[in-house]
Amino acid sequence: MATVAVEQQKHVEQEALITGAEAIAVACKLADVDVVTAYPIRPYDTVVQYISQLVADGEMDCEYIAAEGEHSQFEIVKHASACGARVFCGSSGVGWMYAMECLTVTPSLRIPMVAMVGNRALDDPGAFGVEHNDALSVRDLGWNLIWVDSAQECLDTALLAYRIAEDRRMMVPVAISCDGSFLTHSQALVKIPAQEQVKQFLPPYDRGELLMHPDNVISIAPQCNEDWVMEIRRSNYEVAAHSLGVISECYAEFEKVFGRKIGNPFFEEYMTEDADYVLLGMGTLSTPAKVAIRRMRAEGKKVGFVRLRWFRPFPAEALAKCLRRFKAIGVVDRDYSLGSPYLSGVVATEIRTALYPGDGPKPPVLGFICGLGGREVLVPDIEKMAGYVSQAAAGKSVPLTQWIGLRE
Amino acid sequence: MSIFSEVKPAQKLEPFKGVKTIAHEEYFTSGHRTCQGCFSAQTMRLLAKAAGPRTIVLGSTGCMYVANTSYYTTPWGVPWMHTQLGSSGSAALGAAAAFKAQMRKGKIKDEPINVIAFCGDGGGADMGLGAISATMLHPAYNLLILMYDNETYANTDIQISGCSPYGANTSFSTPGKVKRIMNQRWKKNVAGLIAAGHPTVKYVGTAVSSEPMQAMNQIRKALSIGGPTFLHVLAPCPKGWDYDPILSGELGELAVKTGIFPLYEMVEGKLEYIGKTKLLVNGKLKRLPVRDYLLKQGRFSHFTDDDVEYFQSKVDEMWDKWLIPGVMPVLKDLEADVVPA
Repeated sequence: MATVAVEQQKHVEQEALITGAEAIAVACKLADVDVVTAYPIRPYDTVVQYISQLVADGEMDCEYIAAEGEHSQFEIVKHASACGARVFCGSSGVGWMYAMECLTVTPSLRIPMVAMVGNRALDDPGAFGVEHNDALSVRDLGWNLIWVDSAQECLDTALLAYRIAEDRRMMVPVAISCDGSFLTHSQALVKIPAQEQVKQFLPPYDRGELLMHPDNVISIAPQCNEDWVMEIRRSNYEVAAHSLGVISECYAEFEKVFGRKIGNPFFEEYMTEDADYVLLGMGTLSTPAKVAIRRMRAEGKKVGFVRLRWFRPFPAEALAKCLRRFKAIGVVDRDYSLGSPYLSGVVATEIRTALYPGDGPKPPVLGFICGLGGREVLVPDIEKMAGYVSQAAAGKSVPLTQWIGLRE
Repeated sequence: MSIFSEVKPAQKLEPFKGVKTIAHEEYFTSGHRTCQGCFSAQTMRLLAKAAGPRTIVLGSTGCMYVANTSYYTTPWGVPWMHTQLGSSGSAALGAAAAFKAQMRKGKIKDEPINVIAFCGDGGGADMGLGAISATMLHPAYNLLILMYDNETYANTDIQISGCSPYGANTSFSTPGKVKRIMNQRWKKNVAGLIAAGHPTVKYVGTAVSSEPMQAMNQIRKALSIGGPTFLHVLAPCPKGWDYDPILSGELGELAVKTGIFPLYEMVEGKLEYIGKTKLLVNGKLKRLPVRDYLLKQGRFSHFTDDDVEYFQSKVDEMWDKWLIPGVMPVLKDLEADVVPA
């Protein structure tokens, strides 16, 4: 990995009031992305509306292609990336699912695509609002998945995502999940780094011996059947096994170059230091959660919040170490996993799995399903969930899975 | 100049004039596992030879992936990459866009590179038609989509595609005790469809792999003209059509001489019949009865005389009643279609 000199003092950061989607568009411009594909579906599509404007205004130099469907959208950038281009793409909800075939092949082809998922409920019934099942559908396939919660984090993460995905030890795609509307369409002040800083941080995309070009005569992904499939799967497994370390390194470099502290890349802890019990969730849930935690703290309740950023790779050991400190944990899932163990959401099941091995304490993990289809999760909802977790922390029997904010 | 209208020059590939002028180098060599007499593999060989070394090939799922390109025994002497079944159009578009952007930005050497994506009739006429159509709308990208048409999904066990002929016996359309004709669909007119729907495309053509020199020169013309181009190549298939492999060349020729598969090129919008089809149109060659073609193949062995006659009547209609014979199914007069019982 290239080391980067610390020169951030020389550069002037700008500040702008932009949405999460626009922040990602700005990051694509700064990252000098070569090929972008678009197809309309709310809420992700605002990102390419911004990109198309950047292209039209001559601020961004890329091939900008409006595809005829998400399947083509992802296939176009997949092949462009194989030919050495830095690419960007994205989708939402059933659009992401329409591209599913292409999403499955992207990691095994070692394509370091960066995609934005504007999280949206899957049809039917139709709903524009956030649900995490779309992005979670690729969780077993070798995609790296991160959930962000602010426009600043959108921009930072998009730059980080290219650096992480294109690292020679990785060469696998990253999907940045942004909660539909709450993040994609909400404006906030964002620090925009100088182009020179981004150049320092992000080396050119080098596909090396994997490049599709007449100078490099290779055959990519021929039919191999039972002879070699296991070994090829194993190479992706090795990437996943080592990715936590690569991600940590990239975040450290990011802090050096941009002079902004992020801390633990994998999860953020909020008022957990002396907490007896915590809630855990992903994405913009952090906004009502932090307000509620502060309110409950004022009432003397020892409660904290953990916001999980990277879902793939899953930081199991670090997270388990963190969570074993508490007497009970409540996992807030903005997704459903029908028929799963204890009928919990996806994240709750993963947290229980992370806590199972080893001799350390195994605090009870309550699962809460809420905020589906874009339904707002309110401060009282958080307080209600925290109440259940405090009961579990006190040794009382509480149902393992509950739906919160459901019309009775 | 807008980056969208910036068109890079394509490679200038002069037509081969006679067998002796063909390059010796092969870019599709040993290593494939296709059947004896496979004219789809023959098409691949012609494609690679005609295109030459400054080429990349993107191959969608189908016989020419599954049977043709195997791990550790790849036959390709130019870079090759698998693309999903319905993605030949998207693959070519992505590759062409990648090269164009990187050349403009000085990230790679600025030179014309042939971008070719191939698909079978299943990948092209069925699943991938939308993506091919979308790709044909981008005049600023130089690429060729080649559809090799063996008239079935041949590597999955011979199932009907949108390009299977009327009445053909496939594993999805086996004649039974009550129904003799299980495939009631007439073959999709893919080249005509591409030509009619995408007026800025500079080259749309049909070819047959039993005419290697002509097919190679069509490929070279398509690659040289610039922009997105499309070539539909009929590729006889001993396994799918059920005939002795020695007959592949003869059946390719008969498909043309019976008028079932017309050969033509639309170059910058101008239609020209080519090869034996040109002779048929000029009246220098008499169209052979379809019986001569159909009854050499096991897939039509269940045909009654009525079926053969019906098939003949539909081919006659192509030539006698279409406003642009063999190309555009716009009729001069409306007549009832009488399908045999």
